Amino acid sequence: MRADLSIIKDWVQPGTEVLDLGCGDGTLLDYLQTHKQVRGYGLEISSENITECLRKGVNVIEQDLDSKGLSNFKDKSFDMVVMTQALQAVRQPDILLDEMLRLAKECIITFPNFGYWRLRYYLARKGQMPVSKTLPYTWYNTPNIHLCTFKDFEELCYQKNIHILHRTVVDDEHRTNWLNQLWPNLLGQIAIYHVTR
Amino acid sequence: MPEVIPPDSVGIVTPQVAQFDIPLTLECGKQLNSFQLMYETYGELNADRSNAVLICHALSGHHHAAGYHSMEDSKPGWWDSCIGPGKPIDTNKFFVVSLNNLGGCAGSTGPASINPETGNAYGPDFPVVTVQDWVRSQAMLADRLNIPHWAAVIGGSLGGMQALQWSIEYPERVHNAAVIASTPRLSAQNIAFNEVARKAITSDPNFHEGRYGEHTTYPDKGLMLARMVGHITYLSNASMGEKFGRDLRAQTLKFGLLDVQFEVESYLHYQGERFSKNFDANTYLLMTRALDYFDPARAHEGDLSKALEPAKCKYLVVSFTTDWRFPPDRSEELVNAMVEAKKSVSYAEVDSPHGHDAFLIPTQRYMDVFHGFMGRVAKEIPHAR
Repeated sequence: MRADLSIIKDWVQPGTEVLDLGCGDGTLLDYLQTHKQVRGYGLEISSENITECLRKGVNVIEQDLDSKGLSNFKDKSFDMVVMTQALQAVRQPDILLDEMLRLAKECIITFPNFGYWRLRYYLARKGQMPVSKTLPYTWYNTPNIHLCTFKDFEELCYQKNIHILHRTVVDDEHRTNWLNQLWPNLLGQIAIYHVTR
Repeated sequence: MPEVIPPDSVGIVTPQVAQFDIPLTLECGKQLNSFQLMYETYGELNADRSNAVLICHALSGHHHAAGYHSMEDSKPGWWDSCIGPGKPIDTNKFFVVSLNNLGGCAGSTGPASINPETGNAYGPDFPVVTVQDWVRSQAMLADRLNIPHWAAVIGGSLGGMQALQWSIEYPERVHNAAVIASTPRLSAQNIAFNEVARKAITSDPNFHEGRYGEHTTYPDKGLMLARMVGHITYLSNASMGEKFGRDLRAQTLKFGLLDVQFEVESYLHYQGERFSKNFDANTYLLMTRALDYFDPARAHEGDLSKALEPAKCKYLVVSFTTDWRFPPDRSEELVNAMVEAKKSVSYAEVDSPHGHDAFLIPTQRYMDVFHGFMGRVAKEIPHAR
């Protein structure tokens, strides 16, 4: 399981109802429904991923967050809304964040931290947009149109009065250690947030 | 005609008849004291009787969904693309039941059948049947075949409505339901098109208030028109454009008002004519009414999610991008209600150029989705000990 998924699976309470935005091949929901009696739906747009979810028996709904948003879901329909590695790829991340917190009291969000030292170093040394294992795209064909740093996200939460319940970062090796917890904006590769309002 | 039976075909099949002498009270209040249902089966029922799949047909469908009746058949059953060994509805894994609905004209009791009480054909006196009546009569067939529950009930268009109704009416007997290119209720525009079709039939001078049988005439011109209008709504602008464009039958314009000049005209004439020779006009009226009436939310002040409350199955909902008869937003309306009712549901909006007819055409993405869902259904079948 991807590093961020294996951390957030422990943040989801058993027996809850979860909406997973950009659920991929359904790995997280599959784990949660098998091991934690979680009931949920995933939203996805990739045909391959949708077929894989169907094979796994994960509820998947074909829905494009950019064109349809989340207005088809009623207030407080879920206990938790999860969005892993998709915040940076949506057209209006700030509005989506509000929408997520309309659907559920708690949300989990993960995204690549653009403040990570290797990315800063890449840009500083080469003077070009960083390309890495987590961010493998060139600037002109990247789906990541709203990259941000750990600090940027915290500031958005502060402006929007969003309360942070947990936060962590993982490094290259997908580990957490005292160093990257001390300087998350510099040493964290993937940021993981658990927020509420 | 097939020279050899393809390896992924169910092969030569023989329709069967189930006779019911138990009265069936219909939604309209009338009763049918006896009736028969024509059906076919493909594949083998397992020892646990747990691998049965029901196929529900659409407006002009019938029991012959897959395989061939003889080597002389020009075409296989209407859903042969999806039913057979290795196909999404895999007959190596499932026991498939497909029937002609009550009120139909392919062997099940309908307006063209003899009314035992009068000795004449029912004609227009055949009671108006609804999706609910169909589902109830299908449950009687399931009882007869000793099928306690369906691994899946599957249907496209009007067939999808039956799958939906099954899940609400017999929640304990449906484990999965696939609702394809369908809608929870017709729109005003849908009803309007149906009304044009009905008017075409009833205004044919040969219609005789539906008693054309007694007059030994047939409203084939009306039925042809009805089918032509219907057919336009089954295709998309894109698929018609691709198939016919503005192609002419002759080289030049004839500057005549009456001749068939464009290829698309000729195609519609052909489709309409062929249909009018094989379909009963009263059945057509009946089927369009069943479509109009279907609205499970009606009994719940229009609240579809309330109507879905009893359901226990896992749903698959599929729509097609160019379907303008039952467009994707109608399927999404259904999916939203299912989510609100906290039901298990997956939804795919399949990109296809084929309009409403797309549910019959085995395009890659559609087959991937169907295979994915049915593969999981097969995996969850409790196996014979």
